[in-house]
Amino acid sequence: MKIIKAAKLIFEYIRRDEEEKIEGVTRAIDGLSVEIEEGSFVAVLGHNGSGKSTFAKHINGILLPTEGEIWVAGMDTAKDENLWEIRKTAGMVFQNPDNQIIGNIVEEDVGFGPENIGVPTEEIWKRVDDSLEKVGMSLYRMQSPNKLSGGQKQRVAIAGVMAMRPKCIVLDEPTAMLDPNGRKEVIQTVHDLNRQEGITVLLITHYMEEVIDADRVIVMDDGKMVMDGSPREVFSQVETLKSYRLDVPQVTELAYELKKEGLPLPDGILTKEEFFSSLLPLWREVQEGSEVQKESGEKV
Amino acid sequence: MIRDITLGQFYPVDSVLHRMDPRTKLFGTLIFIISLFMANTVASYVVATLFLLLAVRLSKVPPKFMLKGLKAIFFLFLISVSFNLFLTDGELIWQFGFLKITREGVWRACFMGLRLIYLVVGSSVLTLTTTPNHLTDGLEKSMGFLKLLRVPVHEISMMMSIALRFIPILIEETDKIMKAQTARGADFESGNLIQKAKSMVPILVPLFISAFRRATDLAMAMEARCYRGGEGRTKMKPLHYERRDYIAYGVYALYLLLVFLLVKGIVIG
Repeated sequence: MKIIKAAKLIFEYIRRDEEEKIEGVTRAIDGLSVEIEEGSFVAVLGHNGSGKSTFAKHINGILLPTEGEIWVAGMDTAKDENLWEIRKTAGMVFQNPDNQIIGNIVEEDVGFGPENIGVPTEEIWKRVDDSLEKVGMSLYRMQSPNKLSGGQKQRVAIAGVMAMRPKCIVLDEPTAMLDPNGRKEVIQTVHDLNRQEGITVLLITHYMEEVIDADRVIVMDDGKMVMDGSPREVFSQVETLKSYRLDVPQVTELAYELKKEGLPLPDGILTKEEFFSSLLPLWREVQEGSEVQKESGEKV
Repeated sequence: MIRDITLGQFYPVDSVLHRMDPRTKLFGTLIFIISLFMANTVASYVVATLFLLLAVRLSKVPPKFMLKGLKAIFFLFLISVSFNLFLTDGELIWQFGFLKITREGVWRACFMGLRLIYLVVGSSVLTLTTTPNHLTDGLEKSMGFLKLLRVPVHEISMMMSIALRFIPILIEETDKIMKAQTARGADFESGNLIQKAKSMVPILVPLFISAFRRATDLAMAMEARCYRGGEGRTKMKPLHYERRDYIAYGVYALYLLLVFLLVKGIVIG
């Protein structure tokens, strides 16, 4: 089943001057059509201003399309009566961890969403316990969010979304303000939720390392979808990615450069392990070759 | 200095006072404040002291946290005590020029000093044992009758709890901006009062801009989590009175009666 369907989506930011006259129109999304499978882990990549965050905000009705349509779990976001059901279905985690935590205590913040949608008290507690457990923050439930690290705050924010029992979580650059450890923590949590709970994840990011474990990678540029495929497919096109001002993971780039110099390596190497295991036979060959040379040299 | 204000700083331990209904605590604080303004005898202050000590003891919060709030009122304390000390008419004990100390003045200064200290400590007991959200919940529920007068009680209490949540964040931000400005040669220390006030402008402008940005972000995050005002909202921690709350109300009644009697007793005597 497709959980998100966008058809010829167009969104324009309109700037107005003081007299409400239109000063300029920026087209942030330009005819985007995409379908996302339920239960999948999809990464959206793109340079600044590629329209990826704008797209994310369409998924739970924070922004409404200028033209075209977007459906979430079969509901049209443009219809007012669907709004709250859509926001329940597609939760959203934002970039700045400080600006999305409402509660003064971790557990109260996680309970904020269920409170808003009118869940009975006992059920709220069950959901809060459950969500905190899932993101591994149960120990911190009585803490003030100000005392947590960035990664922990983002996990609390994810728990807050989980407590609304969504089918889909949209994360809009959740790791942009975190240190490398916090980044790993958050990405790990999201992967666990995807695998164990079957939650559809839409991860918007510009860190390539976070993308390699996704089921599908979408690259956006200038409001359009320009690449779409598995991480391996996308990352094997190093030159194309670079033309969209995106970097590939370091090891992929190294392999690519080596291949260009004539080493017989496969396309789209994503991890160090992969790189190592494809380099090892080559190295052995070279070694054996030199031994053969040595031996033949001795004979002569 | 701004970090020393204990208001809104919840101290997480598990105690009877922590578990008590916020309305009970609010009402208790109110009664305590009223009793402080009624008290005018040594005996009534002794009762008030005992009541406060009991509360501090029950809260399990280290007393030094209660006293932290006193730093903020140091000057107010000094001014009001010296005014009472030097400017009260009555039986003269000591005089130096226009400064005179009277027997009544000494008493009133003592009482005023104690009253101020007790006010701060008393309200610290409330804020240290109650999470800000709980506190605003309590206020929202006790002020519920104002809804009939079309006062947006829920919205006000939501605003208060958000403000409380962002106080530490904005303080941290102020610190950061100040450091950034100092690194570029700004001077916040020297000059007279007007110059000092002027030098605050380069701090306030970025602080305001960032506060507005945060507000926009937060509003979006709240909407994304289905916030739509107080209508149809349930509570994770609904307020209901339990046995300890009824006991507390009993204690309040007894306390108020005692103070009242002791105050009156002297008046009759």
